[in-house]
Amino acid sequence: MNNVERELLADSQIDDAILNKTLVSMFQRNVDFADLYFQASRHESWMLEDGIVKEGSYNIERGVGVRAISGEKTGFAYSDDISPGALQKAADAAKGIANAGGSGKIKVFHRQTVSTQYQAIDPLTSLSQENKINLLHDMEAHARAQDKRVKQVIVSLSGVYETILVAASDGTYATDVRPLVRLNCSVLVEDNGKRERGSSGGGARTDYSYFFEVENNKARFLFYAEEAVRIALLNLVAIDAPAGMFPVVLGNGWPGVLLHEAVGHGLEGDFNRKGSSAFAGKIGQQVTSEFCTIVDDGTLVNRRGSINIDDEGTPGQYNVLIEKGILKGYMQDKHNASLSGVKPTGNGRRESYAHLPLPRMTNTYMLAGEHDPKDIIKSVKKGIYAPYFAGGQVDITSGKFVFTTSEAYLIEDGEITSPIKGATLIGSGPEAMKNVSMVGNDLALDAGVGVCGKDGQSIPVGVGQPTLKIDEMTIGGTQ
Amino acid sequence: MTESDSIINQLEQVKIRVAQALDLAKSLGADDAEVSMSRQQGLSVDTRLGEVETVEFTNDGALGITVYKNGCKGSASTADLSEKALSQTIQAAVNIAKYSSVDECSGLADKELLAMNPKDLDLFHPKKLSTEQAIEIAKQCEDSAMAVDKRITNSDGATLASFEGFKVYGNSHGQLVGYPSSRHSLSCVMIASEGDDMQRDYAYSVSREFDGLDDAEFIGQQASKEVLSRLNAQKIQTKKVAVMFRADIANTVFGHFIAAISGGNLYRKSTFLLDSLGKKVFPEFLTINERPHIAKALASSSFDSEGVITQDRTIIANGDLQTYLLTSYSARKLGLTTTGHAGGIHNWLISAKGDADGGDFDAMLKKLGTGFLVTELMGQGVNVVNGDYSRGAGGFWVENGEIAYPVSEVTISGNLQDIFKGLVAIGTDIDKRGSILTGSLLIDSMQVAGN
Repeated sequence: MNNVERELLADSQIDDAILNKTLVSMFQRNVDFADLYFQASRHESWMLEDGIVKEGSYNIERGVGVRAISGEKTGFAYSDDISPGALQKAADAAKGIANAGGSGKIKVFHRQTVSTQYQAIDPLTSLSQENKINLLHDMEAHARAQDKRVKQVIVSLSGVYETILVAASDGTYATDVRPLVRLNCSVLVEDNGKRERGSSGGGARTDYSYFFEVENNKARFLFYAEEAVRIALLNLVAIDAPAGMFPVVLGNGWPGVLLHEAVGHGLEGDFNRKGSSAFAGKIGQQVTSEFCTIVDDGTLVNRRGSINIDDEGTPGQYNVLIEKGILKGYMQDKHNASLSGVKPTGNGRRESYAHLPLPRMTNTYMLAGEHDPKDIIKSVKKGIYAPYFAGGQVDITSGKFVFTTSEAYLIEDGEITSPIKGATLIGSGPEAMKNVSMVGNDLALDAGVGVCGKDGQSIPVGVGQPTLKIDEMTIGGTQ
Repeated sequence: MTESDSIINQLEQVKIRVAQALDLAKSLGADDAEVSMSRQQGLSVDTRLGEVETVEFTNDGALGITVYKNGCKGSASTADLSEKALSQTIQAAVNIAKYSSVDECSGLADKELLAMNPKDLDLFHPKKLSTEQAIEIAKQCEDSAMAVDKRITNSDGATLASFEGFKVYGNSHGQLVGYPSSRHSLSCVMIASEGDDMQRDYAYSVSREFDGLDDAEFIGQQASKEVLSRLNAQKIQTKKVAVMFRADIANTVFGHFIAAISGGNLYRKSTFLLDSLGKKVFPEFLTINERPHIAKALASSSFDSEGVITQDRTIIANGDLQTYLLTSYSARKLGLTTTGHAGGIHNWLISAKGDADGGDFDAMLKKLGTGFLVTELMGQGVNVVNGDYSRGAGGFWVENGEIAYPVSEVTISGNLQDIFKGLVAIGTDIDKRGSILTGSLLIDSMQVAGN
């Protein structure tokens, strides 16, 4: 028995026999598949503002979700009480979806061993409380030391220790321990009565030591503080963004939110099974320019979007979605894969035991191309260069998507010139991706800050891309 | 025992638990403590293309506790209400308070502001609904949507949800209050296609009372009507034009205003409406009244999330800002008194007088004359620090007061201060499905980016 089984099952007097009995009871009905998802998490957060540690919180969550699938129908119930009684009650509710007449037979549990992308560690205990507080203060001091126009600093730190266990009628039996840490710095700068904000941060599936690691000769937490100040100061001098159609050069790393919105959501299996995505029925067709190879990769070490197993027990995978512009496949959970006659791809994810799994992204990025990023900028006569974004949204049916710059500049005659104010860019996913005309050789992933929302469920994800150029997009500036 | 009895029983039991938790916090060394617990349970059913897709039994709730010790604050939460879990949770909160800093502005709300005997606002109207009944209604809704037109080629389904629950709040000032509530909703998302063009749109209804929902057929037909109207949309030219926000999205404009006058952004000097109390923020004709005690309304509440009594307020009178939106903490930071807005606003009624009272939707279109009617917004391109606004938009091009053709893939932009002051008229076509009750809004000019 591993620690996860002890914590989630044994302490609640649940064993293999009870798991088996619960699943078998659902299979008395005409059920094709059923699973039990146990989850426990501890979450802490700390916030420093105006030089004092203003808030701290500690949240404990535990529960079990029970799902029964019959054809296209899903029954779902859950309980925040992990006990044999609550489990059976949830199972009885969930199986109500199916008619009478089941086989009563399920497969024998097969305990899987999977390769691990991150370690089974508890971030909450990886640093003493005193040192967590010191980290917040040090970060604030560093931000203030950057420039005397820094008037206010907010630092927030959070850590999650989550354990999950999935047992399913197809014999799946898998556990995972998922650490996640996040640190953020937000500053307000003021100059001649003008105020602007800047913010920066990062995170990973590891412990708090991540923030002290040195990258490019600097501890990460110091870098976040400097970035927040740099962006805020830049906003002080930003001029109005242009309005209309222009070429756009997106920086490497976080601007990969483009891929997440313009293609990622549209390639999720549920939308394609239902035919509601702009990309439905297009496997084998050219859907982006030939320079684009886009993958969804749950197997990157310690990345925010990585998963050892997804929330249905399928191991995290490296899936090629688009290869040189040709659509290769969709992202699938078990239910949609089975209805579509394909294999699950390790993309069945859920926010918690109280939510149903859906096909979701992990780390979505575009592979490097051949261009020197400098040449990409040089190729633009008049346009914008956007190295950082605030977030985006997509309508998967029409393919229309938006994302909003948080750091952007004009490009004039092949040179990056004035910083411009935040502006929303809008386009149609398939069209914008066909207009990708240059792809840089500088692939980078984001710093570990992505949160993806779908059907009211939020999960951590990653994005990445090389510098790339889109020949034409609509820029929502004011000039 | 009926289901509704069970919610009332649970509420009474949770009140006992909350009182115990407050005692326990004191015995573990807290000077003060506050505890809140909410619970929501119910049924949500999705049907798609005439078949059941999902039946989900919801049961959510957690208890949150905040303790104050020597001027320091700590918070913790748990969904497990066993004595053991409760005591661990309170201990965790007390431990956090050891490491947080002394903050003279933190602490419970002042005792004299608390709602000790809150008014019953008639928010609890549970509906005994079988899964089969729920499925039937959702199917009816989608069926009527599918029947509207042959260009309705697909569906993302209809959802019927019926929830009941309660909220309990207590603190060491001796306040222990709670109330049950219900919420029912029916929605439908349809997909239309013609040639290469495929679009989605939705319609919905939400109410405290099940019988307050619009008819299933009406919602279905509405969803199809909406999505059909979006087919074959065009971009428009990049230019400055008059813009009308249709009533169902007009609330977003006031949503940004709420952020701009919220205590948290004010004391952080992170709003473009700093020091604007008593100043003209909107045109002379506009008034905003807050009415927290409307029976059965969706955003009604007798007390806020700190237990502070809510009361009728004028937010904007003749265009002038009358009050900020404060919590105890932000009020103390600003040297003011809380306004009972911890957790948000309560039923805002937006009104216009004189010529700016624009009449119904058709009359508003006439007032717009030629310009852009916005029915959809995308993205979060709003900066509350400086008021910059840039969002994706879709809707219709209007010529001489008549809808000419659908528009998509454009942006609208400007500064919120100018957008507020550029309001020309407000319609009487009020959307009542949220906390901000407003009709369509006509703005004199905004920058559109398109072709």
